[in-house]
Amino acid sequence: MSKGTIVSVSGPLVTASGMETANIQDICRVGELGLIGEIIEMRGDVASIQVYEETSMVGPGETVETTGEALSVELAPGMISQMFDGIQRPLDEFMEKTQSNYLERGMTIAPLNRDKKWEFVPSVEVGTDLTEGDIVGTVQETNVIEHRIMVPYGVKGKLKSIETGSFTVTDTIYVLETDQGDKEFTMIQKWPVRQGRPIAEKLNPVEPLITGQRVIDTLFPVAKGGAAAVPGPFGAGKTVVQHQIAKWADVDLVVYVGCGERGNEMTDVINEFPELIDPNTGESIMARTVLIANTSNMPVAAREASIYTGITIAEYFRDMGYSVAIMADSTSRWAEALREMSGRLEEMPGDEGYPAYLGSRIAEYYERAGKVVSLGSTGREGSITAIGAVSPPGGDTSEPVTQNTLRVAKVFWGLDSSLAQRRHFPSINWLNSYSLYSNDMNSFVGSKLNVDWSGMVTHTKSLLQDESELQEIVRLVGVESLSERDRLKLVTARMVREDYLQQNAFDDVDTYTSRNKQYEMLNAILKYQQEAEKAMDLGAYYDEIIKGTEDVRERIGRMKFVPEEELSRIQEINTQIENDMKVVLEKGGVESDA
Amino acid sequence: MLKEYKTVSEIVGPLMTVQGVEGVKFDELVDIELQTGERRRGQVLEINGDKAVVQLFEGSSGINLDETKVRFLGKPLSLDVSEDMIGRTFDGMGRVNDGGPDLIPEKSLDINGQAINPIAREYPDEFIQTGISTIDHLNTLVRGQKLPVFSGSGLPHKELAAQIARQASVTNKDEKFAVVFAAIGITFEEAEFFMNDFKETGAIDRSVLFINLANDPAIERIATPRMALTAAEYLAFEKDMHVLVIMTDMTNYAEALREISAARREVPGRRGYPGYLYTNLATLYERAGRLEGTKGSVTQIPILTMPEDDITHPIPDLTGYITEGQIILSRELYNQGYQPPIDVLPSLSRLKDKGTGEGKTREDHAPTMNQIFSAYAEGKEAKELSAVLGEAALSDSDKKYVEFTNKFEKEYVNQGNYTDRSIEETLDLGWDLLRVLPRPELKRIKDDMLDKYMPKGE
Ligand SMILES: Nc1ncnc2c1ncn2[C@@H]1O[C@H](COP(=O)(O)OP(=O)(O)OP(=O)(O)O)[C@@H](O)[C@H]1O
Ligand SMILES: Nc1ncnc2c1ncn2[C@@H]1O[C@H](COP(=O)(O)OP(=O)(O)O)[C@@H](O)[C@H]1O
Ligand SMILES: [Mg+2]
Ligand SMILES: [Mg+2]
Repeated sequence: MSKGTIVSVSGPLVTASGMETANIQDICRVGELGLIGEIIEMRGDVASIQVYEETSMVGPGETVETTGEALSVELAPGMISQMFDGIQRPLDEFMEKTQSNYLERGMTIAPLNRDKKWEFVPSVEVGTDLTEGDIVGTVQETNVIEHRIMVPYGVKGKLKSIETGSFTVTDTIYVLETDQGDKEFTMIQKWPVRQGRPIAEKLNPVEPLITGQRVIDTLFPVAKGGAAAVPGPFGAGKTVVQHQIAKWADVDLVVYVGCGERGNEMTDVINEFPELIDPNTGESIMARTVLIANTSNMPVAAREASIYTGITIAEYFRDMGYSVAIMADSTSRWAEALREMSGRLEEMPGDEGYPAYLGSRIAEYYERAGKVVSLGSTGREGSITAIGAVSPPGGDTSEPVTQNTLRVAKVFWGLDSSLAQRRHFPSINWLNSYSLYSNDMNSFVGSKLNVDWSGMVTHTKSLLQDESELQEIVRLVGVESLSERDRLKLVTARMVREDYLQQNAFDDVDTYTSRNKQYEMLNAILKYQQEAEKAMDLGAYYDEIIKGTEDVRERIGRMKFVPEEELSRIQEINTQIENDMKVVLEKGGVESDA
Repeated sequence: MLKEYKTVSEIVGPLMTVQGVEGVKFDELVDIELQTGERRRGQVLEINGDKAVVQLFEGSSGINLDETKVRFLGKPLSLDVSEDMIGRTFDGMGRVNDGGPDLIPEKSLDINGQAINPIAREYPDEFIQTGISTIDHLNTLVRGQKLPVFSGSGLPHKELAAQIARQASVTNKDEKFAVVFAAIGITFEEAEFFMNDFKETGAIDRSVLFINLANDPAIERIATPRMALTAAEYLAFEKDMHVLVIMTDMTNYAEALREISAARREVPGRRGYPGYLYTNLATLYERAGRLEGTKGSVTQIPILTMPEDDITHPIPDLTGYITEGQIILSRELYNQGYQPPIDVLPSLSRLKDKGTGEGKTREDHAPTMNQIFSAYAEGKEAKELSAVLGEAALSDSDKKYVEFTNKFEKEYVNQGNYTDRSIEETLDLGWDLLRVLPRPELKRIKDDMLDKYMPKGE
C-alpha cells in the first residue's frame, strides 16, 4: 500500500505523485472524500488514476492511498435480484445508507450483505481431496438458483472440517489442509474483473438459445455460448430486444448490464421483472437475474468497469454449471468511456478518436462468452451467451464499434429505422441480418420437433428475398406486370412479415412464442402458399384465391394472439386452408372477372 | 480571506490560465475582476500542480494579463433558490434580471446536481393530456419524461411548445405545477413570443425564466440549462410541484460546448463536437424524472433545431439516444399549412406503454395507435407509388390507404394550435379514420375490440 499526493485533476482523470510502489490496476481512495479510483498508467512515481465518482472540488495536495488490490468483485450468495452499480455497490443499500435519492460520493458499501444468513448444505465429506473449482456445498439462493460454493482458484487440499447450517458470507464454512498449512474459507471469493476466470476447456456451442422471439429463433438464432450484436439507431428497439431476451430466454441466469443508458430503463426492469413468470421454471424471472446499472449520467469511468463486473459475475455462475446470458446495453457507451479516458491520457487517437486498442478490448470481452467445461475434478458444462447492443452514431454501422464487434460476434441482428417507423417490431432487417449458427441450430430444432425445420426456414428466407426483388419491379412498372404466382408470393411474404416476424413485446400473449407455436404458425403460412399454388396449378386465378381465402387469411393474421395452451386452434387453420381452396376450385372462375 | 491572484499567464478564447495557485479544486467557481472593475465568473476546468485552467462564462474580451485579479471561491457554481423564484426572471447565470428585488434564498444549490440513484426513481406512468392528438394518442407524454422536439430552422417549434405549456393537464388538477423556461441563445423575438404567450394565459405567474439571448455571452449557455434544472429539481423534489421544463435551443448549448473543447485542443468527435457530448447531454436530460418519496416531477421538453434538417447530426442523434423519445416536425406538412406539423412516423414516445390504456386513457389506445402507424406508413408508400406510376397502378386496397392518409393528415394531424382535444375525442377521431379501411386490414386490433368500437355492418 502506498500513499501519494494529487498533482492534477481533469474530470475523471487524476494524477498523483509519490506513488512509486503502487501497481497498475490498483484501486485507490482519492482525496479527502475517499473517492474510488483505479490506476491506469504509471510514469515514474506519477500514477494516472481513473476515478469512479465525480471529482468536483477535488484538487492538488490532497492524498491518494492505494488499497493494493485490483478492481474485483465479491462472489457469493446475495447477488441475485440485486442491482449493483458499475463497481458492484448494491444500490438499494447505497440509498439506505446515504438516506438520499442521489449517489453521494465516497461511500463504501460491502457488495454483499454481511448480516444475511444462508442455509449452507455441504456436499463433500471430511477427508476428501479437493481442488480449485470443486463444489463443497450449496446454498438455495432463490427458488430457482442453487448457489454452488466452489473451492477458489489456485487452492488444493484435504477437507479438514466443514459446517452445516446458517451462515453469513463471511463466516468460515470449511477448512482445508494445504501445503501451506490449514486454511479457512468463507463463502466469498474475490475475482479481479479484468481477467477472465480460468476454465478447463472450451467447447463448441451446439444448442440454440430459445428467446421466444420469432424472428430471432427462426431466422437468426444464437447458440448458447455464442455472441450476438444488436446495432441500431435510436428508437429502433435495441433495448426492447435485450429486455425480451432477458425475460424469456431459456437460460439459468441472466446478467443485465445497463451501461451508459437511461435510468428509467433500469427502474422499468426492477419494477417489471419480479412480476413476470419464467415460462421455463414457473418462478419470477427476478429470481434468476443480476442487474448492473451504470446509467448515462453516472460517472463515466465506472461505466467502463461495469461490463467487466457483469461478465465476471456471469463467469462465476457459468463455472457452477449454469447457462448464463449477459446483456450489455450499450457497448457503444462503454467504448465511449474508453475513448474519453484515452483522450484525457493524450494517447494517440485511432479511428474516430477511439484508442487503437478498441478492437482488442471488444474481442477480449466477447471471448469471455462461450460454452465451457469448468475447473474441478468433475468438470461441469456451462455457457455464457453474450448479447451486446451497439449504438452507431447516425445509425451508420460503418463506424469502429460496430465493425469491431462484427468481427467477433457471429450473429448480427441489424435493426432498421424504416421498419421501426412503421411500427414493425422487432425491427430486425430480414435481408441483411445473419446468424452463422443458423445451420447447426436449425438441424438441432428440426430433430427436436421431428420436422424439416431447416427446409421451412430456408424456404421462408428465399421467399423474403424474392419479395424484395419483386417489389423493386412493382416500384418500377406496377403490380400488373407480375405473374399470378409472383403476386401470390407477395401475399405470402407479407403474411410472413406481418403475421409472423412482427411481434409485439407489450402484448401479453404475443410477447413470447414457444418453439412449438413458432412451428405451427410458420407451417400454416407456408401451407397457405403451397395449397394456393396447387389451386393455381388446377386452374384457379389469383383474384379468386384472394377473395375465397379472406377469412382464413384473417385467421392467420390473428394466430399470434392464440395462447400457448390452445395451439390446436392454429392447427385447425390448415384444414380450413384446404377446404377453402377446394371451394375456390369448385366455384371455378364464376366471379373471376368481377 | 480568499487569496487574490494576479498571475493570469494565458488567455485563449474563453479559457484563462492562472499560475502559482494553491489549494484550487476541480470545478471550483472563480471570481474575476478586470482592470475596469468589471466582475466575471469562471469555473476551473483543469488543475495541474499550481496551474489552473479556467473557463470564462462571459468570455475573455478586455481581460488584461497583468491587471486582472482572480479569486477562487471554494465552492462550485451554485444557484440561490427559494419558492419566490416563481414568477421571476433571471439571466443565463441565474442572476435576477427583471428589475425586481433580489431573492432571499432558502439555500444555494450546486448547479451540476447529482446523479440520481436508479433505485430511487419512480417509473413515469402518469398520462399528461396535451390536447394534441399526435402527441396524446401516438407519442404520449407522461409526467417525468424527457421528450424533445426536433425542429428545423423556420419550423414552428415555439408554437408547439407554447401549446403544450398552455394545454398540458393531468386528470387530477388540484396539484401544484410550474413551468421553468430556459432560453439558450435564442433571439429576442423568440423569447418574446414565449413571454407573451405565458402572459396571455397567466402562466407567467407560475413560471421561472432563465434567459440567455443570442447576443448574450455564449459560454454562459453551458450554465443556463443547469440553472433551470436546478430550479426545477428544487421545486419538484423539495416543494412537491410538477414542473415542466422547456429548454430552447439545445443546439446553441452544444455549440458552446464545442467552443470550449476546441479551445482546449481536445481530439474532436463527429463534426467537431467533443467525444463526451453524449455523456454531457445525459447529465442534463437525465435530471428529468420522478423520485421515490417525493410528490413532484420534472418533465423536460428540450427543443433543438437540426442543422440542415439532418437527424443524423450529432446533436439530435445523441439527444435521441438519451431522451425517452422525440417529437419531429416535418417541413413537408408545414408547407402544406398543417399545424402542428408533427411527423408522426419518426416520432416516438418510449414511455407511452405504461402511461396509456385502461384506467389511464382508454383500452383501445395502444391497438389503435399501432394500427394508425402502420396504416399511415402504408398509405404514404402507396402515395409515393402513385406519384411515380399514376393512380391507376394502385390496387383497391392501396387506394383506401391513400384516402386514409389524406384524411389523417388533414383532420387528425392538422388540428391547429388552439384546439385542445380530450383524449376521448382523439381516440374517437382515430376510429373514424380507421373505418376508411376494410376490417381485415386492421390486424393490429383484436376482434373483440373491433366488435366493440366498429360493430360489423356499420
Ligand atoms: N413491417 C413491414 N410491413 C410491411 N411492409 C414492409 C415492412 N417492412 C418492410 N416492408 C416492405 O419492404 C420494403 C423494404 O423495406 P425498406 O423500407 O427497408 O426499404 P425501402 O424503403 O424500399 O428502401 P430504402 O430504405 O432504400 O428507401 C419496403 O418497401 C416495404 O414495402
Ligand atoms: N418488440 C416490440 N414490440 C413493440 N414495441 C417495440 C418493440 N421493440 C421496440 N418497440 C418500441 O420501440 C421503442 C424504442 O425501443 P428501444 O428498445 O428503447 O430502442 P433503442 O434501445 O434502440 O433506442 C420502445 O419504446 C417501444 O415503444
Ligand atoms: Mg435503448
Ligand atoms: Mg425506406
